[in-house]
Amino acid sequence: MTVNRRNFIKGAAGGGAALATAAVVSVPSPAQARPNKEMSPNAVGLLFDSTLCVGCKACVAGCKEANGLPVDVNTSDALWDTPLDIGPKTYNVIKLYADGTADHKDQERDGFAFIKKSCMHCVDPSCVSVCPVSAMTKDAKTGIVGYNPDICIGCRYCVASCPFGVPQSEFDTPVPKIKKCEMCRHRQAEGKIPACAEVCPTGATIFGPLTAINEEIARRRAMKAGEANVFERRTIGSGDTHERPAAQYIDHVYGETEVGGTQFRHMAGVSFEKLGYPNLREKSFASESEGIQHTLYKGLIAPAVVLGGLVWAAKRASHIDDEHPEE
Amino acid sequence: MASIHNEHEPLGGSILSKTTLICGILAFIAVVLLAKRMILGLGAVTNLNNGYPWGIWIVYDVVIGTAFACGGYAMAILTYILNKGEYHPLVRPALLASCFGYTLGGISIVFDLGRWWNAWHILVPAYMQTNSVMFEVALCVMAYILVLWIEFAPAILTRFHLTHLRKKLDKVLFVFIGLGVLLPSMHQSSLGTLLVVMGYQIHELWQTPILPLLFLMSAITMGFSIVVFEALLGASGFQRSVKHEIPQLGKLAGIIRMMMIAYLVIRFGDLAVRGHLGAIFSSGIKSVMFVLEIALFATPIVLFSSAQKRASKKFLWIGACCLLLAGALYRLDAFLVAYQTGPGWSYFPSVQELLVTIGIIAAEILLYIVFVRKFPVFYTHKLTPAELAAAHTK
Repeated sequence: MTVNRRNFIKGAAGGGAALATAAVVSVPSPAQARPNKEMSPNAVGLLFDSTLCVGCKACVAGCKEANGLPVDVNTSDALWDTPLDIGPKTYNVIKLYADGTADHKDQERDGFAFIKKSCMHCVDPSCVSVCPVSAMTKDAKTGIVGYNPDICIGCRYCVASCPFGVPQSEFDTPVPKIKKCEMCRHRQAEGKIPACAEVCPTGATIFGPLTAINEEIARRRAMKAGEANVFERRTIGSGDTHERPAAQYIDHVYGETEVGGTQFRHMAGVSFEKLGYPNLREKSFASESEGIQHTLYKGLIAPAVVLGGLVWAAKRASHIDDEHPEE
Repeated sequence: MASIHNEHEPLGGSILSKTTLICGILAFIAVVLLAKRMILGLGAVTNLNNGYPWGIWIVYDVVIGTAFACGGYAMAILTYILNKGEYHPLVRPALLASCFGYTLGGISIVFDLGRWWNAWHILVPAYMQTNSVMFEVALCVMAYILVLWIEFAPAILTRFHLTHLRKKLDKVLFVFIGLGVLLPSMHQSSLGTLLVVMGYQIHELWQTPILPLLFLMSAITMGFSIVVFEALLGASGFQRSVKHEIPQLGKLAGIIRMMMIAYLVIRFGDLAVRGHLGAIFSSGIKSVMFVLEIALFATPIVLFSSAQKRASKKFLWIGACCLLLAGALYRLDAFLVAYQTGPGWSYFPSVQELLVTIGIIAAEILLYIVFVRKFPVFYTHKLTPAELAAAHTK
């Protein structure tokens, strides 16, 4: 193949221009990342108050019953449901923080505290952002993060991306599903509340609209440690109350700002870092990744322009082939 | 119109050899294990867990495997977009390796999907989730596999003497060549973007918003390196003279060198801007992996530093191997070593999992050998009759 110098330079320049365009449009600008998503005004959520939790695990059992989940056996005698963490058989667990002599509840040193782990129902969830086929969705009204196995292809990007490690895949079956808390949306459809809140004897887990949960958090923040206060069970406004002295809360309410906020909020007497909660920034990870994607592929304009340049350059190269046949 | 019949020729010779037999056996073992996975589930064959939901079937077969298969892409940029016709002889062998690399990568994704029978949902408009990097990767890879086979089709059409069809295809081939550059640019960069959403779960030596740029640059360089690697390996494996190709391979080495200098400047510049240079020394095993990776990336810069060195088969071979290892390690590190999923989780591939990956590589080698012997893939050059004869009898 011979290519004369003029054509070569012209072609190389054209191709170079096409590549340069590609390079320019493919360098993402962080400034163009989208902001965090906003909470729906009708969002519902849960509040877990570690200081009220007595570690009875009624919520774990209640959840399993409501969601038809099997026991998760981890002891040699295999007598009890003993989940060590959330998993494909367990949507929520109660864990224990203990330090030193573990004598005092809700105290960081020589104390203990209970922790609840389940789906945080993020306002701007990574799992929904990454799902290639819309199997993981966020309800526009309630904000519940739900899963549809009939659409899911099982790529497990949701499992890999969740900053809380919540969605769990099954590996021991040829027909695996992703398993996670969906805030008992099947019960909510029947006018009921999530099972974990329904069965909690101390109101450590309560359910309600986020607006009411925020008011309740403000009320508890204003409480004086040791003074008697009224706490509700099941839902905010249930009227089912008990009285007990308020604990010393730490100022941080987990889920207010983490990754753009979550609809499951946690209050505690011990720092969340000690309790094993991940320390997360305010900007959602979904907004960063989508920002890059949208910068590059918005309306497919940039790829179309680049393709035009590439096809033009390739056409040019094939013309040169025609003009200068093989020797 | 160019004479299109004599440019490339099948190498001929027997398909049956020790190499092809071993490759065949390894590929068969993989097929048996994949059947087991289909019947019993992923857990029966792999060590995947909910802390490490992606293992080597994703990281090697797809993320690394498709980067190894970037030869066709890199050569298309050079030959057709930058219009450097001198590289023409290297295009078709590179394209063939890309065809198999991508096709088998695509097939292995299906076996990794938990609910593979729903895989077609990617193409259903109502389900498409355009915010998802995975969606873009899936669509681009599927489209590119198709484009690769269309780009390679002239070899198959020539083999079966479908000259009429071949001439028709030649008229529109430039459109597919354009797509064949756009699509890998999109998904090779997006393979890096896949990790951005994982945020703090990816160690700071690897997590950066410029992951797409770093993945794209390393993929193109790996593409050039695999062309050098395959040309030299093919030369020794098929006892084929490579002397006509050495000048072009040397120029590729020069390009690899410049791209690696740029890559390392950007990589370290990014670490400096993000204030994580200190992490290079304070991250335990991750520091070791990072340094090893950078050393491998930097080796070709030294090895390819003069035209004389770039004309040496030995230097070309070692440099290309280092870069391929570097690119592979970069991807392995970013996806698995740097992935910190929380306490209590660990992952190392099971023997069965490894055997599937090995079987897929074996299948690629086997198919490559069959194709270069039966289809016009290698450029004839001005091979002496003796050299050609030698190649044919091998």
